[in-house]
Amino acid sequence: MSEEHATDLLIVGAGPAGIAAAVAAHHGKQRITILDDNPHPGGQIWRGETQTPADAAAAKWFKRVRATNAQFINGARIFAQTEKGALLAEMADGETLSLRYQKLILATGARERFLPFPGWTLPNVFGAGGLQALVKGGLPIAGKRVVVAGTGPLLLAVAAYLKKRGAQVLLLAEQAPFSKLVGFGLQVLLSVSKAQQALELNWQLRGVRQEYDCWPVAVHAEAAHGAGKLERVTMRQGRRTFELACDYLACGFHLVPNVEMAALLGCALRAGCVAVDEFQQSSISGVFCAGESTGIGGVEVALIAGQIAGLAASNRHNDARRFFTARAQAQRFADALNRAFALRAELKQLPQADTLVCRCEDVSFAQLQQQPEWRAAKLHTRCGMGPCQGRICGPATEYLFGWQPTSVRPPAFPASIGSLAQVATSSSTSTSGE
Amino acid sequence: MADAVTLSINGQTQRMPAGSTVAAAVLLKGVTTFRRSVTGEARAPLCGMGICYECRVTVNGQAHARSCQIVCADGMEVRTDE
Repeated sequence: MSEEHATDLLIVGAGPAGIAAAVAAHHGKQRITILDDNPHPGGQIWRGETQTPADAAAAKWFKRVRATNAQFINGARIFAQTEKGALLAEMADGETLSLRYQKLILATGARERFLPFPGWTLPNVFGAGGLQALVKGGLPIAGKRVVVAGTGPLLLAVAAYLKKRGAQVLLLAEQAPFSKLVGFGLQVLLSVSKAQQALELNWQLRGVRQEYDCWPVAVHAEAAHGAGKLERVTMRQGRRTFELACDYLACGFHLVPNVEMAALLGCALRAGCVAVDEFQQSSISGVFCAGESTGIGGVEVALIAGQIAGLAASNRHNDARRFFTARAQAQRFADALNRAFALRAELKQLPQADTLVCRCEDVSFAQLQQQPEWRAAKLHTRCGMGPCQGRICGPATEYLFGWQPTSVRPPAFPASIGSLAQVATSSSTSTSGE
Repeated sequence: MADAVTLSINGQTQRMPAGSTVAAAVLLKGVTTFRRSVTGEARAPLCGMGICYECRVTVNGQAHARSCQIVCADGMEVRTDE
């Protein structure tokens, strides 16, 4: 059985972009629904802020959204579109939710990029944001020896957070060269608020060893017990390598936009992002997109773009225009940031022949090296055919081999047989009924 | 809301602060094998945000549940692979 929910404006994603969109869109009797896969709103950057508030901006926006009539549906994952304006979602308890909307704003955010290296599949090797999410989810970190590595501004925030929660952060390793970040630092100084944030982070990270031009090359398992969990990590910096014994490795290589939902609906993509016009409207009329899924821009861009999308989706285009200058300014900063943290070519040498690239189907680097492109790799090795549907290995193979992932097919997520049966039922009733 | 919940992980009780995720509870219990991969490797959470499916466990008989996206509840029964 499925429940039904009808709304005027459906917002997918309860992170900053989605929340800002709801706040801006709120007017009159328009019904607004914010749906999210996570058990609580906030997305990744504001994870846990509704339960234990720590971020002033988050608190302000949550207060604003609570003052609207927006209804939150948490723990719901959209997996199929039955017709235009009709979607199906699977709830955490396995129930199916049938959704109908007039307008749609996709604010599906981003995920971390993971690059394969020997041992990266071992337990206790997490994403950087991944470990932070687990700690926010109740995992005690006090006293644990943690290496934070990879690239991007997220690493600093994660290291500072883990340290504050009592972790022993042994090393913060950034693959980007210091010279590039100095260039970026100049940009930061041009913005007073950013400079303040940077100084605060630096203060929080005092005493933590920070290395640039430095990245993990291998993770080694505990040999004695055969338990097969992380024991130490080998790092490279220039030509030298060194080892560190640790409990956890938190490693992520910046972010990748979540475009699968938009692709499922048929929205055009551009350079791996959802293509939008100046009002954040996608190639499909009435379907808007804001935040990281249109390009990695950070929380400021997401909040501004979310408001533009919310206003435009409510036909208040003139109000939306007032945010254009602010968006352009925030976007310039984000572009400089993305350039500063570009991945270095040496990271392509990390996987060995037997290093797994696709973790769902256990497909090795050697198997993939024999394939000409993504589609052939899927057909011949099952790479990207497992439950994550290429969300982890896709961005990795894009970097390693330059492969472009092909179209998304429903279900966008693995769904239960019961849920899939609903697709058939909904499609037949919508064509025969009404 | 109560301050803490008690759930069962592979038949052993685990107390967690209310609002904790099942993934955090399993890790806290010291279990590192959440699931076995198709070639039998031990796997545990990677992304922590419901994308990678490495943290799959059985929750109240429902297989392939993403433990990082499920909040612990009193009396919940969680099973991991061996």
